[in-house]
Amino acid sequence: MRMNTRTLSAAVFAATLFIAAAGCKKKVAAAPPPPPAPKVEAPPPPPPKAQPPRIDTFAAEPGSIERGQSSTLRWSVANATTMSIDQGVGAVQANGTRQVNPGNSTTYTLTARGAGGMDTRSVTVTVNAPPPPPPPPAAPKPTISSAEILSREAQDIYFDYDMSDLRADAVRAATANAELLKRIFGQDSRFTVVIEGNCDERGSAEYNLGLGDRRATALKDFYVQQGLPADRIKTISYGKEKPVCTDANEACYQKNRHDHMAPGQ
Amino acid sequence: MKRTYIATFVILAALFIGAVLLPGQRTEITGTISSGEKPTIAVADMHGTGAAEQYMDVFNKTLWDELAYSGQIKLAPKTSYPLQLPQQANDFKPPVMFSDWTRPPVSANYLAFGYAGVQDNQILLFGNFYNIGQPNVQSAQVIANRYYGALSSDGARKVAREFAADILRQLGIASLSGTKIFFVSDRTAKALGDAEIWSMDYDGSNQRQLTRYGTSSREPAVSADGKLFAFRTQVRGPAWNIRIHTTDTIRNQPFFNPVSSVIQTPEFTPDGKHILFVESIDGWAQLVMADIDGGNLHRISNVKAIETSPRVNPKTGNDLLFISGRSGHQQLWRMNLDGTDREMLTSGVGDVANPSWSPDGHHIAFCWTRGYEPGNFNIFIMDIADKVPIQLTSNSGRNENPWWAPDGVHLVFSSMRGRVTQIYSMLADGTSIRQLTTQGNNTQPVWAKGIE
Repeated sequence: MRMNTRTLSAAVFAATLFIAAAGCKKKVAAAPPPPPAPKVEAPPPPPPKAQPPRIDTFAAEPGSIERGQSSTLRWSVANATTMSIDQGVGAVQANGTRQVNPGNSTTYTLTARGAGGMDTRSVTVTVNAPPPPPPPPAAPKPTISSAEILSREAQDIYFDYDMSDLRADAVRAATANAELLKRIFGQDSRFTVVIEGNCDERGSAEYNLGLGDRRATALKDFYVQQGLPADRIKTISYGKEKPVCTDANEACYQKNRHDHMAPGQ
Repeated sequence: MKRTYIATFVILAALFIGAVLLPGQRTEITGTISSGEKPTIAVADMHGTGAAEQYMDVFNKTLWDELAYSGQIKLAPKTSYPLQLPQQANDFKPPVMFSDWTRPPVSANYLAFGYAGVQDNQILLFGNFYNIGQPNVQSAQVIANRYYGALSSDGARKVAREFAADILRQLGIASLSGTKIFFVSDRTAKALGDAEIWSMDYDGSNQRQLTRYGTSSREPAVSADGKLFAFRTQVRGPAWNIRIHTTDTIRNQPFFNPVSSVIQTPEFTPDGKHILFVESIDGWAQLVMADIDGGNLHRISNVKAIETSPRVNPKTGNDLLFISGRSGHQQLWRMNLDGTDREMLTSGVGDVANPSWSPDGHHIAFCWTRGYEPGNFNIFIMDIADKVPIQLTSNSGRNENPWWAPDGVHLVFSSMRGRVTQIYSMLADGTSIRQLTTQGNNTQPVWAKGIE
């Protein structure tokens, strides 16, 4: 099409020249045509100007943490060729995230550079000191601890058949018990102890209640001789009605012929 | 029942007006079990019409057992009876009349006979009891009553028991019907050692839980009028208390307890005004006495020995049995309530426990290890006049807690056979042993009159 237009223009120009020559023959020769106007060329466009780098977002999520926790830096940068975050993070991509664990409050600065310049933005991750540790738990009430000490350390006192006096082994155990009771009574002014007297199954129920009472009383008397306060030592007899075993043999009988100590109420 | 009593009283009155004392009738019951003459009774098997017949085996067996259990009559064996059994009065015709029954081999003094029918869907028993030493029906007739019961085995048993009770009453033999046995059972216990007070009828029926403390409740005692029972129970503290309840509605009566490591074996005085029990004084279980509400507490023993189980003479109210170690071993002692006239009733060997008075105050029962290893108790009785111990049980477990029945001829006791303890009854001569309990362990029976 462009070719056709040029062809048409040349034809029109040639025809114009023929008509003009023929006319001159007849008439006097005409003035020369003005020179064609110089062809004006458009100036080249200016080279495109470079856009400056732009940081669209730079944030820490969350901005406030407890020591030991982490925060996430999130950023988005445009028109930059190099990007970096200080505080040891280093070069990063245009869009990204990075988890940081600052030990103290820290300001992170993102620098973006490009042909058009640079941009920076900062964000601060605030590190809070951890809450103070809870106060140490209150010391347990003395009665509980005394009862536990008693049940852990007090020894049962064993008796011979139909007897209520303390054997040699019973005296040793009762002496240790007395020291234990002094300690407990000393640290716990309200603590009382109950000595429970028990018997094997062979006597009558009624007599054994009396015998268990003798056994509990014998141990209480021993403790009082050791300097313990009588009013903080109670006694009860269970006779043969609260046995620790029910076999009809001497091993079981011996287990049941005993004083046991329990916290008072 | 009321009608039966009225009819019975009418007959009784007629008998007494005629100044007829029944042969073999006794005024003194206790101590005559193995000696003295017992009346001989023949009991003719009875039959029923229609639907009643199916329950007559139960009826006949129950009637026989109830009469035998009284221990105070002789029952003529059924194999000796004539082939033709009488059913009603006009079955006896002259000249034979009662001679088939009075002559050997039957040789009976009395004859029970009758028959049953059904009326209003109930068993109706026509029960007759004749003194066949008499010449004719009119003079022989002691009981001619109607007894009603449900048309069932239970109904047949009830009718038989009522008829038997009437027969025994006519012979001057106290019936156990209506009496109650209080006892201790661990059948509902959640922890070893826990127990509650229960009651049951004389034959083990109608077992009922009376206390629900969920701890250890033991050693029941019943007042003479049957209206109160006392027992030892564990309360918070820990401590023992005596509690007193009414027997009917189980109301708690006030009682002021001393604080003591031992409180045990409560006992009512016969007048119901005081309570004896045991408390620990200076480390020794001692006998004490107080008003019925626990006031005016004072000691009645003062000795460095364990003393337990005070039991007041139900007849005199002035002297008591108790167990004491004052001579060494636990022995049976008696003294007056003021502490005078103290005497040891057993020989000093072995251990004694659980004294009990017969209702007339002439005999005592207790358990004793004499002749056995420690703990192997057996039941003994003793005439308080001659103090000769008679052993009733042997080679049958560990036997304790004897208690006289209100009829004076039965005992109830506990026996550990194997590792389980149950309650049994027997005659005071050691025969006719019946087991009354089966569930859990059951101990410390106390046989009381019912509430009158």
